[in-house]
Amino acid sequence: MIDTALWIALALFCAAIVLNFYRALVGPSLPDRVLAVDTMYMNSIALIVLFGIWVNNKDYFEAALLIAMLGFVSTIAICKYLLRGDIIE
Amino acid sequence: MSLPLIVLLPLLGSLVPLLSSNRQRNLNAWSTALLPAIALGIVIAHAPGVVAGEVYHSSMSWVPQLGLDLAFRLDGLSLLFLLLILGIGLLIILYARYYLAPEDSMPRFYAYLMLFMTSMIGIVMADNLLLLWVFWELTSLSSFLLIGYWYQQSEARRGARMALAVTGMGGLAMLAGFLLIGHIVGTYDMQTVLDSRDLIQADPRYLPALLLVLLGAFTKSAQFPFHFWLPHAMAAPTPVSAFLHSATMVKAGVFLLARLHPALAGSQLWLYIVTLTGLVTMIYAAYFALLKYDLKGVLAFSTVSHLGLITMLFGLDSKLAVVAGLFHIINHATFKAALFMSSGIIDHETGTRDIRKLSGLRRSMPMTAALAGLAAASMAGVPLLNGFISKEMMLTETLESGLLGGLAWLIPVLATLGSVLSVAYSLRLIRNVFFGPEAKELPKTPHEAPFPMRLPMLILVGLCIVIGLIPAVIVSGLLDAAARATILAPRPELQLSIWHGFNLPLLMSAIALAGGVGIYTVRRNLFNFQRQFPQRNALMIFEHSVRRLLQWTQVTIDRLENGSLQRYMLWLIVAVLFLTGSGLLDLDQLQGSRQPQPLDGLLLAGAGITILAGLGTAILHRRRLVSLMMLSVVGLMVSLAFARFSAPDLALTQLAVEVVTVILLMLALFFLPQRTPKESSGARVVRDVLLAAGFGGVVASLNYALLTRPMDSISGFFLDNSVSGGGGHNVVNVILVDFRGFDTLGEITVLCIAAIGIYKLLNRLRLFMPSSDSEGRPWSRDLHPMLLATVSQSLLPLALLVSVFIFLRGHNEPGGGFIAGLVTAVALILLYIARGVDWAQQRLSFQYQPIAVTGVAIATLTGLGSWLFGHNFLTSAFGHFSIPYIGEIELATAMLFDLGVYLTVVGATLMILANLGKLTTRHRPSKENEKETV
Repeated sequence: MIDTALWIALALFCAAIVLNFYRALVGPSLPDRVLAVDTMYMNSIALIVLFGIWVNNKDYFEAALLIAMLGFVSTIAICKYLLRGDIIE
Repeated sequence: MSLPLIVLLPLLGSLVPLLSSNRQRNLNAWSTALLPAIALGIVIAHAPGVVAGEVYHSSMSWVPQLGLDLAFRLDGLSLLFLLLILGIGLLIILYARYYLAPEDSMPRFYAYLMLFMTSMIGIVMADNLLLLWVFWELTSLSSFLLIGYWYQQSEARRGARMALAVTGMGGLAMLAGFLLIGHIVGTYDMQTVLDSRDLIQADPRYLPALLLVLLGAFTKSAQFPFHFWLPHAMAAPTPVSAFLHSATMVKAGVFLLARLHPALAGSQLWLYIVTLTGLVTMIYAAYFALLKYDLKGVLAFSTVSHLGLITMLFGLDSKLAVVAGLFHIINHATFKAALFMSSGIIDHETGTRDIRKLSGLRRSMPMTAALAGLAAASMAGVPLLNGFISKEMMLTETLESGLLGGLAWLIPVLATLGSVLSVAYSLRLIRNVFFGPEAKELPKTPHEAPFPMRLPMLILVGLCIVIGLIPAVIVSGLLDAAARATILAPRPELQLSIWHGFNLPLLMSAIALAGGVGIYTVRRNLFNFQRQFPQRNALMIFEHSVRRLLQWTQVTIDRLENGSLQRYMLWLIVAVLFLTGSGLLDLDQLQGSRQPQPLDGLLLAGAGITILAGLGTAILHRRRLVSLMMLSVVGLMVSLAFARFSAPDLALTQLAVEVVTVILLMLALFFLPQRTPKESSGARVVRDVLLAAGFGGVVASLNYALLTRPMDSISGFFLDNSVSGGGGHNVVNVILVDFRGFDTLGEITVLCIAAIGIYKLLNRLRLFMPSSDSEGRPWSRDLHPMLLATVSQSLLPLALLVSVFIFLRGHNEPGGGFIAGLVTAVALILLYIARGVDWAQQRLSFQYQPIAVTGVAIATLTGLGSWLFGHNFLTSAFGHFSIPYIGEIELATAMLFDLGVYLTVVGATLMILANLGKLTTRHRPSKENEKETV
């Protein structure tokens, strides 16, 4: 039962990532792309957590935690760049 | 035990003159003379033993791995040379005391001279081929200092440089020859080498070894065609010329011929090369000696000529010829030193050395004239002087040689021609300078030099006469001993006397004298004849060719290393392509025996995204921000792949590195031009695409081939030993901090140095800052958005907690100092982004440089700590401890090492990022300083 649910979830998140990537690729504006990449990070968290449940290993949870904690920093950096050009001032 | 003292005393003596000042000239000279005089005493004390047939040895191990021993020997040959070096050296010290002008630094001169003397003594006493070479190169170096003593003069500097280049190059060739001989014989010990003549000459390596050693000897002894440096070495002060070109430097070459005579001589090769080189040099240089106007130029070329004579004698296949050569070494040293000293006196007292200006000096300096006349007569081979005896011996030997078969008569005829020229230039030297009408318009009024300056000449000319009159009494024993060492046999029966009866050699001597006078009288015709040849200056030619060589190398370097990163990458990738590609061609098929893992949709999607994102990064590279986002996608997909293929710690590291990289690139992007111009031509794009595709294809094929083949990697060892050997269950971490701890230490040191370098480079750097973004919109005035500041501040404690957690458990489970360091660094950087440098700096009251350096220090000290317990560097210790409330815990010294890694990573990362951030000035438009700017 759980395997089926996992497979469906994995497939959906995978499709989401592909769509995110499509948006990142075609844009058209920069904020579109930034949002797309950021969403990709979030979907990756889901992927990793689901995969960790599937192989029954809690180490994957930590990788997910790290992405959750640090993944948005690059988004912030890009946003700050769009805003001010200089990210540390 | 006293043998090393003979070398050591003059070496110490090179420090003695530096103790007294330039003004105490007498003290300086006397104190300098003291130590070599003692060394001479030691040599003389050994002399009776050596003459009686004893050979003294002394040996100390120096670098046994190289076969280099501090071994000295004192045999007849060494004795002969030691007496010349030390004896004439002492006379030179006395002479130089009066020669040097008050403004010349006497301590410096004497120090160089003693250094040179030491290296000469080393050469003649060395009992080990490599040691001989060491001293040989030392003579090249110290003679460079001596020739360039008047470094204010460009002539002296250039002459010194040429002498060093030529003799130094010869020395290197000689080293190669010695190494070959050492390989043939199996040792560098002199006695063994000398005894292995048959072994050496039967070996195929004999030819190159001989040629290389001869190259060394010929460059040092200024044999044709390497003679050109010697005349330009005359830019040295005259005492130096007198020492270098009579008894020492140039004699080192002929000494080498004599020293290795037992091992290398006797073959046809030796006979022809050495004899003919000597003969050619003798005649060529004698001819040019006749043409020179500079007094020292005449002496320089005559020195080359006489060295040719000695070389020829060592080449001839007869024991008597070798004895004659040894005898001529003594004679040449005495008369040539005296002649150089006289030229120095003339230069000193008249202010010129030009033969055309000098005339009639016998009236103003009668004693110098008489002494120089006698020395020149000896050089010309006038009977009753020592030069006559050795020249007669030489002529006798040329008659005996069977060289050149049917043309054997050529050798004595050419030898006689050489003697004729020698008489002519000796006559010209004396007659033009000392006789004739009184010279007018000399720079100084000539008068006799102080007596102590003439005393060395008196002694040397006295020796010339005494040896010439009673050779058997004076030099017989010395010559016997030297001959024994050179031909490893008792000296052949030889009548050392003036009169041998009427014979062919005597006739040849008479012809030489008469012919010399004849040529002297018709010398004008010779000068006129020579005038039709263009004047060539060896120094100019040499420097020109050196310059050409430098230009050529510079052009080659510029072509290879033109400062373009693309060019370097091109070379690198092409090289890899060929090396790896050729290896792949040898495979039967790409796929190995292992079954590939099953493919699912997840993997396909991931691979597709990664490939497309990679392509996007490259294609969109002119839109920098988009390209950077594509790169970020690649990074994310790679860490997902790591996670998928069960390497969670790699995924963690990749993520942390990814974030820091993006921040770094964003920081740099601000200072780059907003638009990237189109830089590459179409052809270039095609080339690069082809190269990149080829390289990618080769690497992918290689990977595929490797992954589909079963193979044993070293990972098995690490898996087996990480718990028992390193005390940790996280193999990756144990490898980093224990098995390959030394690598890690090196890496964090490099990281720390790079960070400090960047810090230094960015210091006070002010760059252009764009006032609007790429689409022309002005920057927002909101410096630090409130939302961002709040979120990032609340994140900081959480991130620090995670990093501590990752650090502590790193030894057993995914994590470790490196990741923890990156997490901490990212959290702190986020604070900088959200709140600005000033705000963050106020609250983080520490500098990053000390943190990075402390990290490296902790890691190094941890490694050193294992020495205290008698273990190797970086051996780790670990144990299980139970701590109240926390429970069973495993602690390893590797943890301390990991702490060093952690601190270095935090310190270095922040040092780089925070300082890049600080680059922007405070004067950018923003909400806070709006009032000031408006």
